[in-house]
Formats: sequence, structure tokens, C-alpha cells
Amino acid sequence: MTGERRGRVLRARGLRKEYGRGAGLVRAVDGVDLDVTAGEMLAVMGPSGCGKSTLLHLLGGLDRATAGEIWLAGQRTDRLSERELARLRCEAVGFVFQAFHLMDELTAAENVELPALLAGRSPRVARRQAADLLERVGLADRATFLPAALSGGQRQRVAIARALANAPAVVLADEPTGNLDSAATLEVLRLFDSLHAVGQTLIVVTHDSRIAATADRMISMRDGAFIDETRLTGGTSGNLADLAGLGG
Amino acid sequence: MQQEVVLALLAKEPSHGYQLRARLQQALGPAGDAMNAGQIYVTLSRLERSGLVTCEQAAGLPDRPDRKVYALTAAGQQRVSAWVADVSWPGPGLAEFHLKLIAAAVARLADPLAIIDAQRRELLRRLRDAQRAAIAEPAHSDAAPLLEGIVLRLQADLRWLEACERNWTGREDR
Repeated sequence: MTGERRGRVLRARGLRKEYGRGAGLVRAVDGVDLDVTAGEMLAVMGPSGCGKSTLLHLLGGLDRATAGEIWLAGQRTDRLSERELARLRCEAVGFVFQAFHLMDELTAAENVELPALLAGRSPRVARRQAADLLERVGLADRATFLPAALSGGQRQRVAIARALANAPAVVLADEPTGNLDSAATLEVLRLFDSLHAVGQTLIVVTHDSRIAATADRMISMRDGAFIDETRLTGGTSGNLADLAGLGG
Repeated sequence: MQQEVVLALLAKEPSHGYQLRARLQQALGPAGDAMNAGQIYVTLSRLERSGLVTCEQAAGLPDRPDRKVYALTAAGQQRVSAWVADVSWPGPGLAEFHLKLIAAAVARLADPLAIIDAQRRELLRRLRDAQRAAIAEPAHSDAAPLLEGIVLRLQADLRWLEACERNWTGREDR
């Protein structure tokens, strides 16, 4: 999936989201333009309150913009009805949240089956898919476990498997390592990296620089607007030996 | 004392040695307590010998023992610009980067937020390299803790850049 020119999965123009009015008006997202190419991993970083989560919700159709245009998987989403939007969200977007948002009374496998069932797949197809996805996130042996019996890192991997259930055009992740320790963070990063390697489009908003550093491109956000953009795929002037204290 | 720090403090205007020292002490707070009084003059005379600053006797103030005024030469200016743009890391320490932001703001050499952004880009690239190596390393390998240490240290540096960013955001003196 590398090399050849690929299509655009997501496009936003003049995106704005306002809350309140008059003197209390807050521009949570203030004039954002964004293009995301298929297969790209993009990180949006910024301090809390900079509007990055709101932006993700707008892009994924969880929330409506005050102004601006959004195209997702070839469809203009800001003009869709609630019903059409819900359908597109289910089929084209996979969400991953900081607090996992798994159903506590369902097993890992049942959690992963759910989006496929909601999209109208047969129970048999949903079950087989869930088994494949759990295999893919390295949790085939935990399929029958309830979330409470899983570690934080494992829960997030189940949530990622669920996000992939309908082969979404894009996975949107909001602080996916926010509740995880260093080792569990590495598990999730490995998983994102393997998804990225097979061409999954990923957008992650985070203030965890470790995630941002695994992206192809990093955007810094402040006060609702993009203020800096970095391609991370180039080389560095330093090297690991220097950083490890072995430099001459 | 890092030579470039002293040069950068001269970038706004020619100064007496004691003015530079006061500026440094203000910028460093308690971290500057150990700085000895003569250090800045040693650095200034080295800089003069290397042709990076000039020194002139100032008129007036006969009661003050220190009447020399130091100013940047063209070569000194160039050295300061190169230092402000330099993003190598780990540098000699936190104080150098901190003083770079202050000197850049005082002398209007560059926007401290732009310096922070440039440094962040560089650190993120390094973090990316270290993170990729950590991801590729099998669990429980001998090298894994070293790679994790590099990653965590870079992450701490990046968090500090965030703190610097908060400090400089919205300030009128930048």
C-alpha cells in the first residue's frame, strides 16, 4: 500500500464549532482546513482545551459543526440527516476512546461483534469477523473474557478491534493511551503501527508525544486552530547512540 | 557560562558586564545562585579575544569600577543567529534552552514559541526513531529497557517544552 498515489479519505474546509453566545462565545474549533490521505497516520497534539477532541468529534460525525464543510469517504457529511450520518459513522468510522467505552456485561468477542451486527451483518459473519479481529490484536485467547477481567492495555486493544469491525475508511482515536501505563502504551503503539503498516488510515488526537511520534504527520493545535505542522518521516540529525549517552 | 548565552544577551543592546550578570540571575532564579561573580567577565574576555564582541570604555560614571561596555561584532551576531536556530539535543542542559528563549525575546531575535516549535519537531523526530526501535524490539530483550529509557526521557523533554510553551503563550514581551 505504499508508494502509489492514494485517494483522500477525509477533507475539511473552514471548520468551526462555537459554544455559547455574546461575551460567553467560545470558538472550540476556529477555521480548520484538513486533508487526510488514505493510509496516512496523523496525530493532532495540543494542550487540554485546545479543541482537538471537539475537532475529532466533528470529523467523525459525532457532533455538528457551526460552519464549514466535511467530506468523509467521498461523502459530504455536514449536509446529511441524522439518520444518514449515523449510518455513515457506523460503516466508515471506527472510534477509539481514552476510557475504552466497552460494554461491561459483554465479553471481548461480543463487544467486537456489536458494530457488525448494527451494520446488518449476520450473527455468523459478525462472530467470525470478531474472532479474526481479536486474533489480529493478539487477544484470541481472551475472547470470552469480560472487560473487567482484562488489563487496561488489553481493554484498549479490544476497543481497537471493535473500531475495525466494519473495515472503516478511517479510525479516529481520542487519547487512546491516556489511561495506560508505559508498557500498555507500547502495546497500543505496536498495534497502531501494524495497522498503519497495512494501510489503515488513522487520526489520533493526543497529548502523548509517544503516539504523536509514531505518526507520519503531526499537527499542533492551539486555541481551536492549527499552528504548526511537522512531517515526521524524515531522518534526524541525531541518532540513538547519542541519545543513549554513547555519543563521542 | 555558555558563550552563546552571553552573546545573545548582548544582541538587544551593548551592555555592561554587571547588567548581563543581573539579567542572568533574574532569568535563572535560584538555579543561578552558584554562578560566581567573575564568570561572566571571564566569558566576555574570551569572546573579545575571539572577535565576537568589542569592548569600549564608557564615558561618565567615574565612581563605578566597571565602565566597560560590550557590544556584538558582526561575527558575534552570526554566532547568535546560528545558536537560536540550532535544535540539537540533548544540549548542555535545560538552562541553555531556557536562556535561549529569554535572550531571543529580549533582543527580538526570534519568537520564543517558534523556537519551541522547532525544538519540538526535532525531539519528535528523535522520539519517532527511538519509538520505532522500541516497537521493533522483542519483549524482554536486553536492550528494551535502554530504548524505553530513551523514549521516556525524550517524552519528559517534550513535556517540558509544553510547559515552556504555556509560559510564553500570550506574553507581551515575546
